[in-house]
Amino acid sequence: MSRARKPWLLPVSLLLGLLLGLLPLPEAVVPLRPYWLALVLAYWLLEDHGRIGLGGVFALGLFADLAYGSLLGEQALRLSAMFFILQRFRAQMRFYPMPQQALAIGGLLLNDMILAAAIDFAFGGPPPPWLAWLSPLVGAVLWPMLFVALDAVRVGRRR
Amino acid sequence: MPPYAGPPVARSDDIAGTVRLLACILLAIGLMVLDHQAQWVKKARGHAELLVEPLWEVAGMPAQLGRTVRDDAATLGRLTKENDTLRNALLIERARNARLQAAAAENARLRGLLGAAEQGGLDVQLAPILDIALDPNRQRLTLDVGASAGVREGQAVIDAGGLIGQVTRVRRSSAEVLLLTDPSHAVPVAVSRNGIRLVVYGRGDHLELANIPMSADVKVGDLIVTSGLGERFPPGFPVGTVSRLEPDASRTFLIGVLTPAAQLDRGRDVLLLRGRQVAAQAPAAAATGRPDPGASPGPAPASAGASTPAAGTAPATVTTPAASAPAAPPASAPRSDPPPAVSAPAASAANRPAAGMASPAPATEPAR
Repeated sequence: MSRARKPWLLPVSLLLGLLLGLLPLPEAVVPLRPYWLALVLAYWLLEDHGRIGLGGVFALGLFADLAYGSLLGEQALRLSAMFFILQRFRAQMRFYPMPQQALAIGGLLLNDMILAAAIDFAFGGPPPPWLAWLSPLVGAVLWPMLFVALDAVRVGRRR
Repeated sequence: MPPYAGPPVARSDDIAGTVRLLACILLAIGLMVLDHQAQWVKKARGHAELLVEPLWEVAGMPAQLGRTVRDDAATLGRLTKENDTLRNALLIERARNARLQAAAAENARLRGLLGAAEQGGLDVQLAPILDIALDPNRQRLTLDVGASAGVREGQAVIDAGGLIGQVTRVRRSSAEVLLLTDPSHAVPVAVSRNGIRLVVYGRGDHLELANIPMSADVKVGDLIVTSGLGERFPPGFPVGTVSRLEPDASRTFLIGVLTPAAQLDRGRDVLLLRGRQVAAQAPAAAATGRPDPGASPGPAPASAGASTPAAGTAPATVTTPAASAPAAPPASAPRSDPPPAVSAPAASAANRPAAGMASPAPATEPAR
């Protein structure tokens, strides 16, 4: 497992994750949009641990807050929490079979949704549209594809 | 460092991690509170957002590309058809404009009689919308123009139909518009028929007229225009029409649901109003572009404009005759979604003569 063979992949994939979150979508499916940045970050935290620390995650979150126009610190908090959970369960999750891993990621994203809704609520925002509660599911479904794709680029074709 | 399996992570490491997480959470909460409250953080944030602007540009690109492709793929037939409709619309507009000139002349005379202050011309700036999806909880638009193009915070944003919102944040080459429908948005308005003053609140996906006294003369179908109170929005811009009235929870007031006059979710361009004191005449010209409920938006704003300096109820008398004047009734004529690229210059072109007439002093030849 050659690590850091492609050092550019980490920033590039994170940037892509950010962009995917900004892409305009038809009004009806916008709430379904998965939290791309979290998905990409989760991949890196699971697979190439040690390249991003809590500080890096926090900074990334702040940057995402700027980009998405959310309250400064909101995503920093959400991503930090995710970092913490992933770090705790990294050892187990790495060796889950793919479906189970996807499920775990879905749970992680759901937890993130709840956190986001709580933050919104605390600052007097409206509750998220009910469709948004399905976005973790979308994220979980997309996870295997994202994982395989990123892995393919990172360590070359394995199979 | 990477433990590949099992639990053996040092206890102290664990605690240190938790402490660091707690520190992060506290820091984040602190930042959020500051961003929510403190002005200087908002300013700092404005600077930091310069960093993100290129990202937005990139994110907006696919949509722009898609549009270009779609536009290019438009068939000749469609263009011809559109051309026909537009030509028709132009004819109708010409006719209406002629009427409007008469109305404007009369208005100028009446205003002269009232001794109202001179109103400056309407100066607008066409601003393309940058098509990116920001935080969906807030109703916002991002514009592809910013401080470098002279955009200022607080500018009112309109389209051919009416008020869209206001500029809440300006960056170097982009700006953020808070839509009318945002829950944190409120506009002082007046019922154009009789000048009753109310406030319109954003409710996420619709507009709401709150606290209408039971006795107030507000009906379904009434046009609601900005009243100009509070000096944020110039008077006389259509905000919406009342589509439903129902008693509120306390049953002592009515709540009105509004259909926005502007197309909040469509279009690629909007108009930014420049200049402090904006002529109410010009929006009238812009508004008549859409024939919705019988062209009443046309003259109504003018009267509302006149009302600002004068008493609140005075304009009602002016409105009624004026409103009935442009009787051009073709209900369905240029309804075809007017391509903003066309409607916008049309609006600005139309308002120039109108504005000229509005000010009694300088260019009065067409008016008299």
